[in-house]
Amino acid sequence: MAEQEGIRRENGGNGGLGAAGREGNHAGNVLLGYLKSAPVGVNISGLTKSFGQNRVLKGVDLGIEPGETVVILGKSGTGKSVLLRHIIGLERPDGGSILIGGEPVEYDAPGKGEHVVAMVFQSSALFNSLTVADNVGLYLKEHKVFKDDGKVRQIVSSALEIVGLSEKEDVMPSVLSGGMKRRVATARALVMNPDLLLFDEPTAGLDPMMTRTIGDLILDLKQKVEMTQIVVTHDIDLAFYVADRIAVLSEGRIIEFGPPEQIRDCAKHAVQEFITPQFGENRR
Amino acid sequence: MNGVMSFFRVTGGLVSLLMETLYWCKSVFKNTDKITDQLLVIGYQTLPVGALIALFSGGVLALQAGPTLAQFGIEENVGGLVGLSLVKEIGPVMAAILVAGRVGSAMAAELASMSVYEEIDALKTMDINPLRYLVMPRFIATVLALPVLVIYMDVIGWFGGAIVAAVNPDVHLSFTVYYRNLSELVDFTAFVNGLIKAAVFGVIISIVCCYVGLKTKGGPREIGTSVTKAVVLSFVLVLVFDYYVTRILLFLNID
Repeated sequence: MAEQEGIRRENGGNGGLGAAGREGNHAGNVLLGYLKSAPVGVNISGLTKSFGQNRVLKGVDLGIEPGETVVILGKSGTGKSVLLRHIIGLERPDGGSILIGGEPVEYDAPGKGEHVVAMVFQSSALFNSLTVADNVGLYLKEHKVFKDDGKVRQIVSSALEIVGLSEKEDVMPSVLSGGMKRRVATARALVMNPDLLLFDEPTAGLDPMMTRTIGDLILDLKQKVEMTQIVVTHDIDLAFYVADRIAVLSEGRIIEFGPPEQIRDCAKHAVQEFITPQFGENRR
Repeated sequence: MNGVMSFFRVTGGLVSLLMETLYWCKSVFKNTDKITDQLLVIGYQTLPVGALIALFSGGVLALQAGPTLAQFGIEENVGGLVGLSLVKEIGPVMAAILVAGRVGSAMAAELASMSVYEEIDALKTMDINPLRYLVMPRFIATVLALPVLVIYMDVIGWFGGAIVAAVNPDVHLSFTVYYRNLSELVDFTAFVNGLIKAAVFGVIISIVCCYVGLKTKGGPREIGTSVTKAVVLSFVLVLVFDYYVTRILLFLNID
């Protein structure tokens, strides 16, 4: 399937949690020992949001099981990222509700909810005034998760090793490529020990090699840490590669939600209209 | 109508940001590293250009006032005139305009860029309050650095005035006479007057530039627009508040 869709998973590939784990890498295991994710389910019902006259979300209903990787697929401008920003609490909906692990989202104070939710932003959102290591360790330092700075350094090194960037600890983000930034952002999200991890267009603007690395990373996280993950993308190949279930968002509504096979075989015009041009008839 | 709404929205936003920043000042001792970093940028790195501006400002004051005073035979008062002008008015306003242009613009650009590229959102999702992490250190550093910068610029400005008073053949005043007159007229309350103004200007510059930066939405073009907006608004508010602070200080007899 993966091969069919253009992304082939390579077990010994550069980066990826699995790569570190399988090679018995000590640094990788430090983070694995630290990550104690309690995967949570997400329930979205009747979510609506307008920006001025523009109705972006028109009643989104979605139920995500704990430990599941769900990909939200849709054309640009259909409200995928807006939906993600609601889940993490950066946007307040006009109507409807979002429950994470049964608890309502804290809209006024994202990051203060009952469950830890981390997000890898499309722009990576790394702090240019901090080194890569300082970016990754920021959450641990600011919240004084460990009294010992050595432990923070160990976790940071381990997280960077997992994303295949251990040699970049002391460089500034400005000298990194787009894919490297995305991986640093993933490492930063991982050290938060999240119960729910959100990816906003993780492969946008990346070459096929880097897309594969990011795809591997998402899969490895699912397998090794059993973390609930929501991936927003318009990259069909990535979606079918990593998803347990795919939700297709169109015109502000989820028009189809199910396993990749169900989406591929869906007869709805809006689904096929989006999938077919990217997939290609010969791939179906 | 939109202009009126915008005025009240910005005013409310500035007051609200000031109040929240004052609240986060409770964390000042836990953030000394960030405040020190900002002090270096705002204070230390501004010293060379501050010295140059102050030297020539003091010089031009003596150049303008000296010959006029000499016509009336009271040229020995140049020291007091330059000293008082710098301490009470020109020093604080000059330092504020320098800091707003040099540091405030950088502050607005940095925060605007962080807003546009989702870094502020990233901080929020990590449960790191952007006001505590970004605004409070800049606020404290500006409010502390500006009065110190004013004292530094005053002293250099006096020296600039002394040089011009000494070398200008129309005045030809010795350093001794110049500084004696200056010390007779510039007292402690005049200093306090200037320092209070400097601290108020520090509040205005940091809050305005951080507010405009944090409110930036859009793309790189908007970052440039925000920088211009922050600097212009800072200049205007510094000059407007200069008048009102002077009135209040006169009322309180701190002149």
